[in-house]
Amino acid sequence: MNKRSILLGTVAAASLFAIGAGDAGAEVLNDHTEHWKELWGHVLLDIGVIGVVFGLMASYFLVAYRRSRDDQVGSGPKFSFAQSMAWALIPAFVFMADDFYLAASGWKLWNDQRIVPENALEVKLTGRMWSWDFDYGNGKVNTNEDGLVVPQGKPVVMRMKSEDAVHSFFIPEYRIKEDLMPGRVTYLWFYPKSVGEYVFTCTEFCGTNHSNMWGKVKVIPAAEFDAWLNPPAAEEVAAAPAEGEAAMAAEGEAAPAAEAAAPAGH
Amino acid sequence: MKEWIFTTDHKRIGILYLVGSIAAFAVAGLMALGIRVELMAPGTQFIEPDIYNVMLYFHGAAMILAFLIPGLTGFLANYLIPLMIGAHDVAFPRINAFSVWLFWFAIVLALLSLAIPNPPDIMWTGYVPYSSQYSSGNSSFYVFTVHMLGFSSILGAVNFLCTVIFMRAPGLGWMQLNFFVWTILGAFVIQLIFIPVLAAAVTLLLFDKYFGTAFFVPDKGGDVLLYQNLFWFYSHPAVYVILLPAIGVFMDVISTMARNQVFNYKVAVFGGVWGVVLLGSDVWVHHLYTSGMADWIRIGMMVTTLLISIPVGLLIISLVGTLYRGSIQFSTAMWYTAASFWLILIGGLTGIPLAMTSLTLHLAETYFVMAHFHFIMGITATFAVFAGVYHWFPKMTGKMYNESLGKLAMSLNFIGVNLIFWPLFIIGVEGMPRRYQDYQMFPQFEVSQWWSTIGAVVVALSTILMIWNWISGAIWGPKAPSNPWGSVSLEWTHTESPPGPGNFKEIPKISPNWHPHEYSKA
Repeated sequence: MNKRSILLGTVAAASLFAIGAGDAGAEVLNDHTEHWKELWGHVLLDIGVIGVVFGLMASYFLVAYRRSRDDQVGSGPKFSFAQSMAWALIPAFVFMADDFYLAASGWKLWNDQRIVPENALEVKLTGRMWSWDFDYGNGKVNTNEDGLVVPQGKPVVMRMKSEDAVHSFFIPEYRIKEDLMPGRVTYLWFYPKSVGEYVFTCTEFCGTNHSNMWGKVKVIPAAEFDAWLNPPAAEEVAAAPAEGEAAMAAEGEAAPAAEAAAPAGH
Repeated sequence: MKEWIFTTDHKRIGILYLVGSIAAFAVAGLMALGIRVELMAPGTQFIEPDIYNVMLYFHGAAMILAFLIPGLTGFLANYLIPLMIGAHDVAFPRINAFSVWLFWFAIVLALLSLAIPNPPDIMWTGYVPYSSQYSSGNSSFYVFTVHMLGFSSILGAVNFLCTVIFMRAPGLGWMQLNFFVWTILGAFVIQLIFIPVLAAAVTLLLFDKYFGTAFFVPDKGGDVLLYQNLFWFYSHPAVYVILLPAIGVFMDVISTMARNQVFNYKVAVFGGVWGVVLLGSDVWVHHLYTSGMADWIRIGMMVTTLLISIPVGLLIISLVGTLYRGSIQFSTAMWYTAASFWLILIGGLTGIPLAMTSLTLHLAETYFVMAHFHFIMGITATFAVFAGVYHWFPKMTGKMYNESLGKLAMSLNFIGVNLIFWPLFIIGVEGMPRRYQDYQMFPQFEVSQWWSTIGAVVVALSTILMIWNWISGAIWGPKAPSNPWGSVSLEWTHTESPPGPGNFKEIPKISPNWHPHEYSKA
């Protein structure tokens, strides 16, 4: 298979994928973070090749065509109409082919990032100056100091809104971010592959404590998560939390006002 | 003094633009230095967040609106366009004087905004609703600065479009214009079409903040994203207002210093310059890839943004191609131009992943974006302004600067900017967000931030050397030959250095075979 047919195939595949996107993806274990890293590698290679070609050419010209005599003048090529059109159209088509190849791969990854798997755990995120709330929908609300607790191996979708300025929820580990604003609900999803703690932080400028609006995504084993989210006896948990990092719903509701001014310390 | 303030001579107005924009560059550069020193280590070193945010706002706003745009379309366009097309002055000299007055008032207002009790801290983008509802800063100072600069630019655009259309020397055809003139035409067409949109955006912001309207308040039927769309509808094309004249300067410098015709001139003009103007107006949503726009428009603008590589690619082919079989003399301006190949290549190519929505979901609002636009827009265009000053220094002053000192300052500057931004590219990919006063959540980035700050110090030193070279050259420099680079362009062959009032004793008659970039038969 030559390069051209690979290219056309990619464009066609991406278009089909986009058309069939509505019913695809649900059952597939789809880790867009991994796909991001793959595509990033391809794009670095792509721009690296262009950069080396142009860079070497310019460097060679700068060295090779230094002035040797004072009366020396340049003798750059004079083009006929056909030649000058060729020098316009051939590079234009090469660039365009590369653009469409990149667009197709970018679109494919875009579908992975934007089509939420059906079994995703839904968490409602509210951002404000300068803290976050994570609402798990059963009365459990975590502040950004508690962190975003999620189960390993289950996709998580954040439904997000802001109470004041525009904020942006960014998890570098999962290569994903999306803005939050008043008046609209936005979303992002990610796949917590391995257990661990990863930084999330705000990436839309929102005033004094913009750079203190951060916390940790805490990925724990699925079984632990179920126990944490739906404790066997609600009364017992209300009296004494099973785990230190789990906050009670009542605390979560009351906390933001007091914490708004304080940086999230760790 | 009086003959400078009330001057209507395009050359003096050009110098006034230069002085004003270099003043803005110096203050905004000091802000950058302060920002970099603050970021040497995580936590607060010596600049509190609120002051830091004001510095960041001023650095961005002043560098773009008061240094790069006036430096290229104010200073260089004013000084060079009438000389290059063989005209006595611009079409409307008094409007031109009014433009530079507005520019100076805007600079004063911008500096005043730093002295008032609550300076604006809304970044140069001024995103609502932070700027309109939650910031305690006096956003009005920024809004009025934008109004004045915008008004100044629109008047300039009308003036220069009329000048080039109606005041070319007899016989000077469209295909005989210096490449710089074409890029200035493209830049001013963009300014004329798009500035009103920016003015509208910031005016609505002003109304929301001070007069209780609700254009951007969702509770009352407004829309937050409307502002971002209006803002970037101008502010993305504004990148080309800066980039096009920068490429124009480089093309003229290369053609002169390599004594070579512009490679594929017509294609570079129509495909390159006008291709950028046309396509560049349809890509603004790439600034909104993560801001919650509809998916279909994010995908659509990914395609248009990627396609920008075609006209920009044609311009770069012409830049590199003009070296081919040339006869290159390395003046300081040519050193800046050679360095700009590196800047344009790195800055342009890092734009390709950023054009892709899906990769940008990670890269947006990180140091990767910041390093990208500093390379392609900030430093490339700054180098163009510096190259322009050096290249036309003998024309403007009649004297010579110190070539070795110029090359030393240029080398330090080039090393410095690479030292600043390469570490930032790397930690940007790893997730370091922009506009952070503190990065305690990413302590692993401290080493990169530290090196970056060293780079900023090197750039500061190089800038001092460069400005000293200009000032000392203008005062004590040796007398320059009338045409030191052996150029065939009108401003060198038909005027004195510096040109007297009216530029040309007699307006030259242009023969159809003459071309400002044609050396081989001269």
